[in-house]
Amino acid sequence: MSEGIGARVLRKEDKRFITGSGKYTDDVRETNQCYAAFVRSPHAHAKIKGINKSPAEGMPGVEAVLDGKQLTGDGIGNIICGWMIHSKDGSPMKMGAWSALATETARYVGDAVAVVIADSLARARAAAEAVEVDYEILDAVITTEQALADGAPQLHPEAPGNLIYDWEIGDKEPTEKAIADAAYVCEMEITNNRVAPNPMEPRSAVATYSPSEDHYTLYTTSQNPHVARLVLSAFYQVAPEHKLRVIAPDVGGGFGAKIYIYPEEIVCLWASMKTRCSVKWTADRSEAFLTDAHGRDHVSKARMGFDKDNRIVGFQVDTIANLGAYMSLFSSSVPTYLYATLLSGQYDIANIHCNVRTAYTNTTPVDAYRGAGRPEACYLIERMMETAARDLGIDPAELRRKNFIREFPHQTPVIMAYDSGDFEANLEAAMKAADYAGFEKRRSESASQGKLRGIGMSCYIEACGIAPSAAVGSLGAGVGLWESAEVRVNPVGTIEILTGSHSHGQGHETTFPQLVSDRFGLPSDNVQIVHGDTDKVQFGMGTYGSRSGAVGMSAIVKALDKVEAKAKKIAAHMLEASEGDIVIEDGEVKVAGTDKKLGWHEVCLGAYTAHNLPEGMEPGLKEGAFYDPSNFTFPAGCYICEVEVDPETGTTRIVQFVASDDFGTIINPMIVEGQVHGGIAQGVGQALLEQAVYDESGQLLTGSYMDYAMPRADDLPSYMVSHETTICPGNPLGIKGCGEAGAIGSPPAVINAITNAIGNNALSMPATSAKVWQAINAANVKEAAE
Amino acid sequence: MASVSIKVNGKDVSGEVEDRTLLVEFIRENLRLTGTHVGCDTSQCGACVVHMDGKAIKSCSILAAQANGSEITTIEGLANGSELHPMQTAFKENHGLQCGFCTPGMIMAATDMVRRYKESGRELDETAIREELEGNICRCTGYHNIVKSIQDAASKM
Repeated sequence: MSEGIGARVLRKEDKRFITGSGKYTDDVRETNQCYAAFVRSPHAHAKIKGINKSPAEGMPGVEAVLDGKQLTGDGIGNIICGWMIHSKDGSPMKMGAWSALATETARYVGDAVAVVIADSLARARAAAEAVEVDYEILDAVITTEQALADGAPQLHPEAPGNLIYDWEIGDKEPTEKAIADAAYVCEMEITNNRVAPNPMEPRSAVATYSPSEDHYTLYTTSQNPHVARLVLSAFYQVAPEHKLRVIAPDVGGGFGAKIYIYPEEIVCLWASMKTRCSVKWTADRSEAFLTDAHGRDHVSKARMGFDKDNRIVGFQVDTIANLGAYMSLFSSSVPTYLYATLLSGQYDIANIHCNVRTAYTNTTPVDAYRGAGRPEACYLIERMMETAARDLGIDPAELRRKNFIREFPHQTPVIMAYDSGDFEANLEAAMKAADYAGFEKRRSESASQGKLRGIGMSCYIEACGIAPSAAVGSLGAGVGLWESAEVRVNPVGTIEILTGSHSHGQGHETTFPQLVSDRFGLPSDNVQIVHGDTDKVQFGMGTYGSRSGAVGMSAIVKALDKVEAKAKKIAAHMLEASEGDIVIEDGEVKVAGTDKKLGWHEVCLGAYTAHNLPEGMEPGLKEGAFYDPSNFTFPAGCYICEVEVDPETGTTRIVQFVASDDFGTIINPMIVEGQVHGGIAQGVGQALLEQAVYDESGQLLTGSYMDYAMPRADDLPSYMVSHETTICPGNPLGIKGCGEAGAIGSPPAVINAITNAIGNNALSMPATSAKVWQAINAANVKEAAE
Repeated sequence: MASVSIKVNGKDVSGEVEDRTLLVEFIRENLRLTGTHVGCDTSQCGACVVHMDGKAIKSCSILAAQANGSEITTIEGLANGSELHPMQTAFKENHGLQCGFCTPGMIMAATDMVRRYKESGRELDETAIREELEGNICRCTGYHNIVKSIQDAASKM
């Protein structure tokens, strides 16, 4: 069976996970292992007047009780946001100081103010309880509306009025004029609910300082260990890079939450140096809810103008985004360049303008969560398209068709240049799979059972393959977003691929070797993937933004090109043939048109014995490459959701969910489908169930799985997933990326289906039974009045 | 302190533990069997499911001392030597896992689920599987392939 590109190769990594032999960070135990327990602010906003550590210091097993003044006194730097955004007046974003342990002020419930290091977790926790912190409670702001109001309590002296930036994209005046002249204007105020990412493995860190080597090792739950090392070194001054090894072993899901460098890893490293112990910290689920960067949390007012032929003439959006108490690593980019640049959706829109203000609030920091900005854009556009179609009295599919971009490349008015796609093909495929035409019959059948049936669609586009380094640099990114790879061929012909991508569920150990099988005809078992360790892999930017295929694998392809070229040179020399006649297939190196050939392993051995190499050639067969993408990639597709709502209770059941995606080239369809399933589940979770809820004092009410509604198996349907492919012209494999699509495309499809069922467009996420019931009855009341 | 003697994966083990020690802590920290995971603190997520005297339990919700004298099977003890349990094979063949963190608990809960339905002669259809998975949370797979895995294994167990 082929194990090349397009084959459904079963996952190599599964063996260890199904037998319980995966190695996650919390499974690591170092000698001289101690445990960290954090003292966290119970208040959303409070002045720290004093910390009395002495009751804890004398408790059994306690090695140290450390606070923020000691941390900053030791020169540990503040946590930074790595993407500079300038306001429209040209001023830089207002970044408030964030110390890994708060010194003067605690700014959200869960903000760490001290840490206890003890010889057991139970003892560390008991001692953390005994630390006495004298707080002066300050007024808190929870919503962006409160934060930006006149006279609001101020979080950071650096950010007057709690405003971080006031940014815009697109041309305001032409957009306003186009909308003013429009035949019809769809106007909506749309909230994108705050969610908690919830990878099932809580964040964890094990830090070890070796005094004799003056060297640190950090095991951590990271999607990008090299970036973690760079930031820990360059900005937080924990240790120079060559004195710090960061290992991200098996990581139990990320979804964005494990991109950032959090206070806990910094503190564990520092505390390890202070105490000369290995220091382990693993979040409990409550800590995860309090401290893992949340996602979304936008409020937008939007107007979409249509001409008399139902073509969109202008789209204007005013968004306020909540960034929480501090600016996390990529937080500034999410509601700007990852959001507003996608506001053209799949449609040909000449005029777009978007204004974005971001605010500090006394809540958990907000950063990228699966999709990051693109779900917010898609939700806005696709709810408005559906609402507009209903207002205009035309089929929602027809309105979309009328406005689809059909020629590529297509330059939108908001930076992005779409390179390829066939939106009609995805729409057609999804409608066919969903039996769109047969919906009215199904609606009648449901009605006869007393149920309200609805159908809703969403045509999403996203920008992945993050990202061309020079382009993102010009937009404010503090790093380049290329990827690296090294292909090490052993003398016996087996291969190690070292990659800067990181797998935390994506199956890289299976997919990446398929590139080698495809090219050389070697069994994928002969290929080992090495990742997640800064001592082994030289550098890498990690995995997020659906970039491991389009960017990470492109780097591998570049390195394989070099390996192939050298192997052919060696073989030509050994076989006394012309280099141009050498072909490598089925694990053999052949001279085309003859029976002369060598085994792949013979050529590899030849490279290392170096007895008979072309003159001047260096021995060995090992090549590296850095790949910097030339453009973003643009996965797109159409999702159709069908629901049945019980009007008595407001309970929604998804009876069918269809996805038709264009991901470009697919290396392993089994893994790609799995990514779509998981993405849809997260999107459905956001649409129906999930919300991080704060009370007016800033207490997180949804701080456990008792309160935060994670999607369970019986909340979800089976999904119908298929692909309509156009090849991405921007990278050597033609890949667009598949990791986030499900979470981007599904929320509007779900809400459009429910609003279609109940006949009321005024519905916000999460569409809980109570909200749906209220919306049904509001519609009934309106109908009765009319 | 409590004395605990348990048969774990067919092997007699014993130890002195603090009274408050949870079974999952005993398994992970004392026995260093780290395949059993902890994903929450409120017994919702099911990453810690093991079998106690043949029945699935959440090892975060029972004290090690309460397990004294029992027989425990963890994910490490499910395979018969090098021969995987049909549920393990089914999860691999149906791509029923991604990050792998919830997987041990899923597999242990699923084997118990199939056993219970077979013993009582009830049909384990998709609806039943989804309802039965109420106590196991997965964030990666959207459950689609987990349900398929369990259906597949059920036909082979």
